[in-house]
Amino acid sequence: MSTIDLSALTAREVRRGIASGDFSAREVAESAYARIEALDGEVHAFLQLTPELAFAAADRVDRARAAGEELPPLAGVPAGIKDNMNLIGTRTTCASRILGNYESVYDCTAVSRLLEAGALPIGKCNMDEFAFGSSTENSAYGPTRNPWDLERVPGGSSGGSAACVAAGMASISLGSDTGGSIRQPGALTGTVGLKPTYGRVSRYGVVAFGSSLDQIGPFGKTVDDVALALEAISGADVMDATSSVEPVDPYSEALGRGAQGLRVGIVSDMLAMEGCGEEIRRVVNSSAETFAALGAEVGEVELPSAQHGLAAYYIIGPAEASSNLARFDGIRYGRRVPDADDVLDLYMRSRAEGFGPETIRRIMLGTYALSAGYYDAYYGQAQKARTRIIQDFRAAFERFDVLLTPSTPEVAFRFGEKSDPYTMYLNDYYTIPVNLAGNCAVSVPSGLCTTAGMPMGLQIIGDYFAESTLLRAAAAFEEATHFEPVPPLVRALTGTEGGE
Amino acid sequence: MAITESDVRHVALLARLALTDEQVTTLTAELGAVLGHIDELQRLDLAGVEPTAHPLSMTDRTRPDVVVPGLSRELALLNAPDTDGTAFLIPAFAGAGEES
Repeated sequence: MSTIDLSALTAREVRRGIASGDFSAREVAESAYARIEALDGEVHAFLQLTPELAFAAADRVDRARAAGEELPPLAGVPAGIKDNMNLIGTRTTCASRILGNYESVYDCTAVSRLLEAGALPIGKCNMDEFAFGSSTENSAYGPTRNPWDLERVPGGSSGGSAACVAAGMASISLGSDTGGSIRQPGALTGTVGLKPTYGRVSRYGVVAFGSSLDQIGPFGKTVDDVALALEAISGADVMDATSSVEPVDPYSEALGRGAQGLRVGIVSDMLAMEGCGEEIRRVVNSSAETFAALGAEVGEVELPSAQHGLAAYYIIGPAEASSNLARFDGIRYGRRVPDADDVLDLYMRSRAEGFGPETIRRIMLGTYALSAGYYDAYYGQAQKARTRIIQDFRAAFERFDVLLTPSTPEVAFRFGEKSDPYTMYLNDYYTIPVNLAGNCAVSVPSGLCTTAGMPMGLQIIGDYFAESTLLRAAAAFEEATHFEPVPPLVRALTGTEGGE
Repeated sequence: MAITESDVRHVALLARLALTDEQVTTLTAELGAVLGHIDELQRLDLAGVEPTAHPLSMTDRTRPDVVVPGLSRELALLNAPDTDGTAFLIPAFAGAGEES
């Protein structure tokens, strides 16, 4: 067999290659595992590999082709799945010790839909424990390293999902985004990462963090691949009452229409954030010029309440998390201490020994904010600030079709650099308000920073259920910038120059 | 509103987390620092603003009233720390009671 370089092919090209007989789905799966064998010892994008599931899926695709059947849209496309999504035949650990041996007993809807569309489940991806973090340093099983620089973080919490696509170990992957956990690692690894509108994708089978904030979404190398994956996983689900019955557009067909006439707003007050890197700020302005050159109407807009997003989020997110994580009590599943004195002791020690430090911090913060005497001052006030943020976005979308901010205030940082929790939280300054409002947003690679040579991301924000417009804008920008980032690690392996 | 070690111990009990003395000390400092940043919310005048619990206005949707199979007992018990094959087992705590 000849190894296929998955870094050189989009998901669409993988499917096309299989459909036209250039290679088989089995060869694609073998190539993914060969790349993992070569690089994942260093990168550590995966917590668990699932070759039995992947090859079984590949053989189904190859048999369907041999039988002359029409192949589904993601036929033979290798996919990574964040380890907080259930899939029968895999453990779902959430990168936590408390779920170290947890076997999935049902399938997450988004995962089943991706597999029904023909994708090959390559493995389960590393993450910050229970999705609490922006670096994967909070994984109980060791961090993922950024394929662009192994001394730097890939972002988080969906860091493994981002890294496996960046390193060509999978063509696409699924992550989850509660405050930026898809878009921030997308930006830090030079991949495209999409957070759909709240309710666009069913949350059934993803371990809950913040139930009013969580959304599952795809990573890909291109906007088109992300659109294909979104089409596959979107839509109403009887198992999730918050999944929306809004019709699912053929998102990939919205691409290629350029940006002519699109109303694009730079969020000027957020761009002025103190901690935002100068070059990152410059790239947002030059991106706006790119849109203008494509025929978009570019203007400025302010979201004055969004600056309070971080504070509101660090009440609402932990409050919902502390409630959701109450289920890990050592009774029905998960770790249980063997020598408890009584029920309370069993609960308290099973949880304290099973959860890592950031998980404990979030649970404590959330429990405090919901406790008697503090509820109104913290949770109530945060809920009102959330209303203001929503009003800001609504007003902005009356004037604009999409909004622009950086995805992150800075490029990937080094391990251990953000030891103070709040400094880490600041990395999600631009992404968090979007979760609070429930809109859709995507991070698209916007270039490499000249000092560190690391990828930067442009965040494009869309109105509710306006993924078609969002992705159309993202694709127009992607095409105009001609930036196809390939990490040095991969270039060294494949001997290609990349960047074509 | 400065958070004290006594607050942290109280919240840890509510959250069912057996923290060590060292963790209590660390968390008091860390939560205090985070709350210091979050306190900006207290200074906002949000009187009369409706709180938002959920980003989209959705009404309850019901599914057709049809019986569908749920999780089998075998699967429900698959990850149990202790089971006799029919139920979740927990240690017997004779006379033990939780605080209310």
